[in-house]
Amino acid sequence: MAMKQSTGKRIGVTVLAWVVAFLIFFPILWTFITSFKSELDAIAMPPKFLFFNWTLENYFAVQERSNYLKFAYNSIVLSIGANVFGLLIAVPAAWSMAFAPGKRTKDLLMWMLSTKMMPAVGALVPIYLLFRDLHLLDSLFGVGVVLLLINLPLLIWMLYTYFKEIPVDILEAARMDGASLLNEILYVLTPMAVPGIASTMLLAVILSWNEAFWTLNLTTSNAAPLPAFIASYSAPEGFFWAKLSAASTLAIAPILILGWFSQKQLVRGLTFGAVK
Amino acid sequence: MKVLVKGLLGAGAFAGFALPAYAETTLTIGTVNNDNMITMQKLTDDFTKANPDIKLNWVTLEENVLRQKVTTDIATKGGQFDVLTIGTYEAPIWAKKGWLVPLDKLGADYDVDDLLPAIRAGLSYDGKLYAAPFYGESSFIMYRKDLMEKAGLTMPDKPTWEFIRQAADKMTDKAAGVYGICLRGKPGWGENMAFLSATANSFGARWFDEKWEPQFNSPEWKNTLDFYVSLMKADGPPGASSNGFNENLALFSDGKCGMWIDATVAGGFVTNPAKSKVADKVGFALAPDAGLGKRGNWLWSWALAVPAGSNKVDAAEKFIAWATSKHYLDYVASKNGWADVPPGTRTSLYKNPDYLKAAPFAQMTLDSINSADPTHPTVKPVPYTGVQFVAIPEFQGIGEDVGQDFSAALAGSMTVDAALAKAQASTEAAMKKAGYIK
Amino acid sequence: MATQQTTTAGRVLVAPSVILLFVWMIVPLVMTLYFSSLRYSLLDPDNVSFVGLQNYTAFLTDPDFLTALYNTLVLVISVLIISVCGGILVALLMDQPVFGQNVLRLMVIAPFFVIPTVSALVWKNLLMNPDSGLFAWIARSLGFDPIVWFTNWPMLSVIVIVSWEWLPFASLILLTALQSLDEEQKEAASLDGAGPISYFGYIVLPHIARAITVVILIETIFLLSVFAEIYVTTAGGPGNATTNIPFLVYKQALLNFDIGGASAGGIIAVILANIVAFFLVRIIGRNLEG
Repeated sequence: MAMKQSTGKRIGVTVLAWVVAFLIFFPILWTFITSFKSELDAIAMPPKFLFFNWTLENYFAVQERSNYLKFAYNSIVLSIGANVFGLLIAVPAAWSMAFAPGKRTKDLLMWMLSTKMMPAVGALVPIYLLFRDLHLLDSLFGVGVVLLLINLPLLIWMLYTYFKEIPVDILEAARMDGASLLNEILYVLTPMAVPGIASTMLLAVILSWNEAFWTLNLTTSNAAPLPAFIASYSAPEGFFWAKLSAASTLAIAPILILGWFSQKQLVRGLTFGAVK
Repeated sequence: MKVLVKGLLGAGAFAGFALPAYAETTLTIGTVNNDNMITMQKLTDDFTKANPDIKLNWVTLEENVLRQKVTTDIATKGGQFDVLTIGTYEAPIWAKKGWLVPLDKLGADYDVDDLLPAIRAGLSYDGKLYAAPFYGESSFIMYRKDLMEKAGLTMPDKPTWEFIRQAADKMTDKAAGVYGICLRGKPGWGENMAFLSATANSFGARWFDEKWEPQFNSPEWKNTLDFYVSLMKADGPPGASSNGFNENLALFSDGKCGMWIDATVAGGFVTNPAKSKVADKVGFALAPDAGLGKRGNWLWSWALAVPAGSNKVDAAEKFIAWATSKHYLDYVASKNGWADVPPGTRTSLYKNPDYLKAAPFAQMTLDSINSADPTHPTVKPVPYTGVQFVAIPEFQGIGEDVGQDFSAALAGSMTVDAALAKAQASTEAAMKKAGYIK
Repeated sequence: MATQQTTTAGRVLVAPSVILLFVWMIVPLVMTLYFSSLRYSLLDPDNVSFVGLQNYTAFLTDPDFLTALYNTLVLVISVLIISVCGGILVALLMDQPVFGQNVLRLMVIAPFFVIPTVSALVWKNLLMNPDSGLFAWIARSLGFDPIVWFTNWPMLSVIVIVSWEWLPFASLILLTALQSLDEEQKEAASLDGAGPISYFGYIVLPHIARAITVVILIETIFLLSVFAEIYVTTAGGPGNATTNIPFLVYKQALLNFDIGGASAGGIIAVILANIVAFFLVRIIGRNLEG
């Protein structure tokens, strides 16, 4: 199917792919364009696509009002920090569940996922009281721990499925050759697992980046990440489209850049052709 | 990528360490992201220059997020805020609980008696002021003078609901995208219920009788809701059941509404040529009545308060005194012009000819605020205070439920009678659970 | 297959996660269970008393409860179907060697990068608004009446927004799985002259079955707790047309500030979610093996 394609078909597929991608991307593009409009242009009807007075006033307004870099810094520290530590815990667990499964492995996996099922808002007050007593309110450490814990089941799950893709016969072969457990992990498993780990990490970072319940409710100012920055631009009395769009663009930008750089890892995923 | 991350890390670290380097009082101020508060945030140099030992740390959030954060924090004594921005709804309830510090050290030149009496009454408990008003609002009618003229009508200063219906019918021209009237429909105790509770007052309805029995089974409520639903069906914009303040503001500013009944702060938006296409065509009138002695306007103010148990009370009161003073109003005017001054708090502002000239809606705002009486909001007697809300802790939840029923009635997915019956049942259950009805 | 050494090592390696997650589960759970037996209003915190199961009966007999349960299931199932089917198609398309593939892929996963609150605000006001939204403009330009999304099709509107947010996730995972399909397998299939449909049915689908399972399980967990999108767009209305279980719990917790009631609601939600998960695993769980 992928091999013998006529040029016509190829062009067709290309056009189709671009149209689909454009439609999916459009709301974000629209937000981006809106961020350069005046508030009145943002709600104008018929909509203004490209021909309007492009302005940077929204970005200046945002810049003047809030310390974007501080919010972005907190977001980066929280989402990367929490998930790096998360990986350190999750990789060994997922590894052993994939390659040395016990009778209860599946139940264990299910149970882990079920810890995510409590609606966050139902547990807010208990956690808030706990944080107050432990003096963790508005601290990066406190929110970081929460983010780590809510992402941990997801990390384990995704890693588990990626690891499952690794052909067991390779490991068997390595064991026959007398490789120790450490060597097995270091020289056989790791190179094959890196893409899976990378894409898991990226997804988890994105989820932490967008987590807006715990980050909003457990921080005030010192540890407040970008969702709090967004919340200071959404839904005031009066027009806010253009400014919210500018703030959103700023909030998405770092993660989009990260996405761009890890793009290859992200979609290449696990291709074992080279290893085999 | 690495360079970028390093840059961000460096900048963030700098911002993080710059703050606690001085030995001084830092006030964490939680506030709403409305324009007047943003202006205050920009103008704080005036305060910090006079008080170099006080640092201000702003936490600006949208209204609902701020409310849930602030309430959680004060109720659990989390101590995250030194100055809170709260509304007329919270102030008396929290003061009663002993959660707020009475503001009795605002200084000799603060002139408490200059505060508008209705606003001051809404923020006081037991005769003491517990929150200082930063800005105050009521609701009134904004209408298009040109469309009114085209319809061959003249808006009286004190219109009746019957007149509003006639005018709306005549102004509506759906083919041209003009709707005679825009009203709130999005469910929420501060959204459609603010409008509908105030409107119900003017129709002679009330939330509860003297024994806290809900009154949605009364003919007055049925009249209110019948009128609202049929008016909006005939003359309102499509999708009104998800329109709140901002959606209606967008419609009105874009020239799509003949009339709009909403908060008086909107006057500043719709008359600003940078924000409104119809800036020079807007007239104002008092909220309508039904000849029963009450008008359908509400009363609200955003006010600054200090949580009990704070160890920075003196600094906090100093800041509040500054932010709600006459001096602050003058200062905003000197920087941004009179139109930008936070409205609705002080009598003296409405005697200032410069302000009256810059704000065409000023007189009508003052009249609206003065005609609202939070202590006697309804035609028949009630056991509660509050115009567009009932000042009991349970109201937020009850108001939200009833708001959903009424927005369903507006959307047409439920009849008016069914919505009222459902509201009656759910409110009764909630009041029983809370112990008001034995 | 597993030697004694690896089994022991396995236990040691799993332990930290299990212990951490156990603590994270048990502490809030015990606290929530405790609070759920109290009459505890955050607005009246000095007046706390034990009420037994009263909070549970109140939550379960709430006339909105059954509707909310139904709405929750409708939302979860619809979004699952749309995002998985759509995700397969998008993944197949993105797997083709086309011009500008890298840019395309980034565009397709970009919606996942947007904070849900912002997505909902953008969709509601810039796209779906019946008066000034882009869709209304398109409809009018083509001579149709604009759809009044949130009034006439409230649940569908929420489903559209949430599906848009989760389509990229499904596409990404499925694309990753697709790419591990052997070139040899592909070649063999094309040599056999298999048509695209039988190629998809016999080779592609079995290959990505596990990935689909993972997408369904993970998405279900997140979809069961969709809240921000509803809160921003319809506030659960009109009526209770878009009220789901998390929104019901939210009303208890942060509007009523009834911590007892909210805790009971939370516990009930956990039980319901576990029932859903139990059936899910029975239905599709065997795909996880092998």
